[in-house]
Amino acid sequence: MFAYLKRPEEGRTVTIEYEGRKLIARAGDTVAAALLASGIDRFRSTPVSQSPRGPWCMMGACFDCLLEIDGVPNRQGCQVTVVEGMTVRSQQGARRVSP
Amino acid sequence: MANYDFAVVGGGLVGSAIAYGLCGEGHRVVVMDEGDVAYRASRGNFGLVWIQSKGLGMPNYSDWSQSSSRLWLELAPELKELTGIDVQHQRSGGVHICHTEREWLQRRETMDRLSRETEGRFHFEMLDHRALASLVPAIGGDVFGASWTPMDGHANPLYLLRALHAGIHQRDGEYRRGGPVRRIARDGGAFRLERDGESVHCQRVVLAAGLGNRGLAEQVGLEAPLLPNRGEVMITERVAPLLDIPTTYLRQTGEGSLQIGDSHEDVGMNDGTRTEVLADIAQRALRAFPRLRDVRIVRSWGALRVMTPDGCPIYQASVTHPGAYLACCHSGVTLAAAHAKRLAPWIGGGEYPEEIVPLTAERFHVRVSETA
Ligand SMILES: Cc1cc2nc3c(=O)[nH]c(=O)nc-3n(C[C@H](O)[C@H](O)[C@H](O)COP(=O)(O)OP(=O)(O)OC[C@H]3O[C@@H](n4cnc5c(N)ncnc54)[C@H](O)[C@@H]3O)c2cc1C
Ligand code: FES
Repeated sequence: MFAYLKRPEEGRTVTIEYEGRKLIARAGDTVAAALLASGIDRFRSTPVSQSPRGPWCMMGACFDCLLEIDGVPNRQGCQVTVVEGMTVRSQQGARRVSP
Repeated sequence: MANYDFAVVGGGLVGSAIAYGLCGEGHRVVVMDEGDVAYRASRGNFGLVWIQSKGLGMPNYSDWSQSSSRLWLELAPELKELTGIDVQHQRSGGVHICHTEREWLQRRETMDRLSRETEGRFHFEMLDHRALASLVPAIGGDVFGASWTPMDGHANPLYLLRALHAGIHQRDGEYRRGGPVRRIARDGGAFRLERDGESVHCQRVVLAAGLGNRGLAEQVGLEAPLLPNRGEVMITERVAPLLDIPTTYLRQTGEGSLQIGDSHEDVGMNDGTRTEVLADIAQRALRAFPRLRDVRIVRSWGALRVMTPDGCPIYQASVTHPGAYLACCHSGVTLAAAHAKRLAPWIGGGEYPEEIVPLTAERFHVRVSETA
């Protein structure tokens, strides 16, 4: 479990939704950091073997932090900053290409 | 100083396939490779095992490629068995997409010519839109048709390179990375290869250093008239299965990424990318597959092809320096199986594959007609 070295200050937080649940996140954090700080470390399942994955590099290189953010699949959670009202879902396997 | 039966200069797909084949026949082999600073097509290519565009004007090259396409059916399971690495080879057939009727008619003429030149050994079919859509349901409604051959396929070129390296190791060959080999000197009937801080003694030497063969070949009485030709490619996010078979410029990998290619640019030793070129590549892919409009690109790169003047490979044994060989080609994935299973045994002392007899560099020499 991850913890902040310094607690988020009151008034500088945003509320996002993850899998239908409301989470309080520190403004300016990435989505990946916000989920980890809330105790969520299983972000996605892999396209081929469906094994569970969570963030690894936190710097845009490994693609293990993929999430569906505001309806867009396969986004790198560590590269997107939280925004008030953002809807986030786990990325289950490969995305489908719309017909 | 170590002593080897063979030193292979270059550990890309060509050198590795040859070394893998030589080790398999019991020779003591060392691969002398350069590091990450080298230009290395083997790490930037498109992964097609492709037959339908090869050999126009040089029917032997079509036969050689077809032989490799068949031998791939042995190579892939053999590598899996030996190294545990699945190189994701599929001989699924492949299509070359023709957007317009004009392109389709031109393609048919080219394919017909290849079939005539090979005396019918090259088989193909021209598909209309409906036939194409039944093989490739994701194809866009505006695409006119395609050419198809059952021999085409694809593989994961990075797994292939890794499997060949692992196979060399399994078969007791040595792979040594270091600086570029700079000098090849005769040493009695044998050779001495020199690079910074290292010197290797070997009975025979195979030059398979891609573009690096320039500058080495003439040291052993051979010619490597090669030019770089840049191709830029893109990779998308992984998506659920969309394409069962590869096309000339779009294929889906075993993990679900779509690989989109490619360009042909004459830009010297520059393996960068240009946004305009990538945009053109993306536009063409979108015309063929409009469904990809919201699929995101996650990586792009450029890599340099190892091009001969006519696009066909060069395989040659030195006359002035017996025991020295040269191998250069632009289709190192396609030809990997032929290199491991037919070229290497020839270099090892076995039968000269008849398809490659005309593929020496002599074909580039200007011929003066007798009557002139
Ligand atoms: C964009 C692109 C797409 C392609 N698509 C396909 C495809 O779909 N199918 C296909 O079959 N082929 C394809 N190719 C071609 C294929 O990648 C090449 O034919 C193949 O990789 C060539 O392998 P190579 O080992 O000769 O050269 P390289 O991969 O360039 O390897 C040469 C090696 O030699 C080493 N070296 C160089 N100089 C020295 C030296 N002096 N001493 C020691 N080592 C040295 C380098 O380090 C390198 O490892 C493509 C190429 C490109 C660029
Ligand atoms: S954690 Fe590696 S890309 Fe996001």
